[in-house]
Amino acid sequence: MPGVYVLAEHDRGVTDPATHEAFTAASALAANLGESVVAVCVGSFDSDFEIACSQYGISEGIILTSPLITDYGPEIWGQAVADLLKLCDPRVIVAVGTDKGNEVLAQASARSDMPFVANCVEVEHKADWAITRTQWGGSLLEDVTVSGDFLFLSYAHHAVEPVPSATPSEVTLQLLEVEVDSALTRTLVQERTTLTEGATLSTASVVISGGRGVGSADAFAPLEELAELLSGKVGCSRAVTNNGWRSHADQVGQTGTRIAPEIYIACGISGAIQHWVGAMASKNILAINTDPEANMVTKAGYAVIADLHEVVPAVIDEIKRRRGTT
Amino acid sequence: MRILVCVKRVPAPGSRINVTEDGLSVDTAHLGFTTSPHEECALEEAAQLIEEHGGSVCVLTVGPAEAEEQLRYAASVGGTDFSLVLNDTGQDWDPQQTAASIGEAVHQLEAETGIFDLILFGNESADAGGYQVGVRVAVALNRPIVNGIKGIEVEGESLAASREVDGGIEVYSLPTPAVLGIKEGINLPRYPTMKGRLASKKAEIQTTETKVPAGTQRLVRLHRPEEKVTETEVLGDGPEAATKIVDLLDELGVL
Ligand SMILES: Cc1cc2nc3c(=O)[nH]c(=O)nc-3n(C[C@H](O)[C@H](O)[C@H](O)COP(=O)(O)OP(=O)(O)OC[C@H]3O[C@@H](n4cnc5c(N)ncnc54)[C@H](O)[C@@H]3O)c2cc1C
Ligand SMILES: Nc1ncnc2c1ncn2[C@@H]1O[C@H](COP(=O)(O)O)[C@@H](O)[C@H]1O
Repeated sequence: MPGVYVLAEHDRGVTDPATHEAFTAASALAANLGESVVAVCVGSFDSDFEIACSQYGISEGIILTSPLITDYGPEIWGQAVADLLKLCDPRVIVAVGTDKGNEVLAQASARSDMPFVANCVEVEHKADWAITRTQWGGSLLEDVTVSGDFLFLSYAHHAVEPVPSATPSEVTLQLLEVEVDSALTRTLVQERTTLTEGATLSTASVVISGGRGVGSADAFAPLEELAELLSGKVGCSRAVTNNGWRSHADQVGQTGTRIAPEIYIACGISGAIQHWVGAMASKNILAINTDPEANMVTKAGYAVIADLHEVVPAVIDEIKRRRGTT
Repeated sequence: MRILVCVKRVPAPGSRINVTEDGLSVDTAHLGFTTSPHEECALEEAAQLIEEHGGSVCVLTVGPAEAEEQLRYAASVGGTDFSLVLNDTGQDWDPQQTAASIGEAVHQLEAETGIFDLILFGNESADAGGYQVGVRVAVALNRPIVNGIKGIEVEGESLAASREVDGGIEVYSLPTPAVLGIKEGINLPRYPTMKGRLASKKAEIQTTETKVPAGTQRLVRLHRPEEKVTETEVLGDGPEAATKIVDLLDELGVL
């Protein structure tokens, strides 16, 4: 069956919400190309997949199975997706540009010797593919053309607003057995450790970050307390991780985590472009900085021009006062 | 252990990135050059691995003659051998061509000096961010690869490699020879020492050229994303701004 094939991302059957971005983008692309959309799930079937297809108006779903695909593995998933080229007739295979989405498409494209264009924001097909994609983690855009009929592409994460379909679709699911090389089980996940339950930096609705202006590892204590009060997470800039004040898992930016909270509170962060690209998907930004000219301040919707060491404790006190907990 | 690390020379931009008039490259008139933080960490990891297990760290780049600068820097922070694959077209090759030329260079290096137990890439390059060169090289060599790696343990003939995922850690176990895509955070890269600077001056760089077919991807134009002009509402200039901040949090429904 021809069409725009879109990869659903899941962790042991639980659909990653980023998949909704991929479904939305794929539907728009398919409409543009005059093709239908086919959603693809690798490995385990789960009702989550069917529900997501239905919500986003996708009526065809394929589950790629093999007794060897027992869990996530970049190589084996990549080969399963590459097999679609032999089993079906995809015009293009798309995913959302999360770590896993890009990893699987890179594998699939390498295994089928086809082009892969990561983190696209606009895609058209004229004589060739005409694509706008992000460079520098989103600080810069690049228009490229790609020759040839088929390609793999991922959409930049957080660049597409998921739009469920007005009318849920009836979904026809098809199980498709793929032949994968047993040697590729070498990169299946071996072991997992759960560190945090619930919201993480990338899914939190409140993120409070500190930069070099915080001054030391210990001086993050008030930011921690404020985050706790707001059920949020603490983030930081690269200056902070480079100083060893916090773990890199907390870093927001091009080489850290991309966040999209309801509000981002950036304390003592200058707002270098590599930091900004990780924070720009935030719905609201409040910058607390002593420098009124700092990039973070001029780009933020709200700012307080003052010492963060005075402002953050005052905010904590005010919240406690209103809640009657002091 | 014989380790190969692949790094890419890129401009080091400041608070914004400017594009040349023809739209074909980043305006580097006033910029220095560096590599991706992921690649700096890959090199540091390689240096630590051979300090512990013995061996060599070959550093390879595909780029213009000036990329020698990145190899000399690598020599100052633990690299032992250096290979520059010349691309003097004045433009990046596309990811398929870059991967093909690295693949060819690996074949040559391995024919001369033996198999690399481990090849390290950055998770993604700082500029292009194609998220694929390492994977393409690994697949061509038929070696296992996992990206996003933030921890490596040597366990006999295999490697335990771990990465952070939302809310936890995933561990993979790869037989060697293996390939890994490294993420910043796996370590804190060292700064060059006096001894390192001397090593950098003395480093011998092997320059080669490759012949691989052109890719299918062609750059038309670079441009900056439209900047939203934001009217910044200043809530205050001291701790008394706390009232307005908490009002705002309340309004947004996060209080
Ligand atoms: C390829 C590449 C990738 C990168 N990736 C990332 C990334 O993922 N994330 C990232 O963050 N950076 C990244 N960087 C680094 C980035 O360019 C900046 O160096 C970094 O973000 C600066 O951190 P900062 O804002 O904390 O520090 P600074 O730039 O030093 O800013 C400190 C700010 O604190 C303010 N300040 C000082 N004292 C106070 C006080 N008491 N109260 C209030 N304000 C105060 C100052 O006015 C200043 O604005 C990357 C760089 C490169 C080249
Ligand atoms: N020109 C190059 N020379 C050497 N290594 C490269 C080059 N381009 C990319 N790489 C390596 O491949 C990784 C992924 O690059 P990319 O596919 O562009 O995101 C980078 O982090 C580097 O380790």
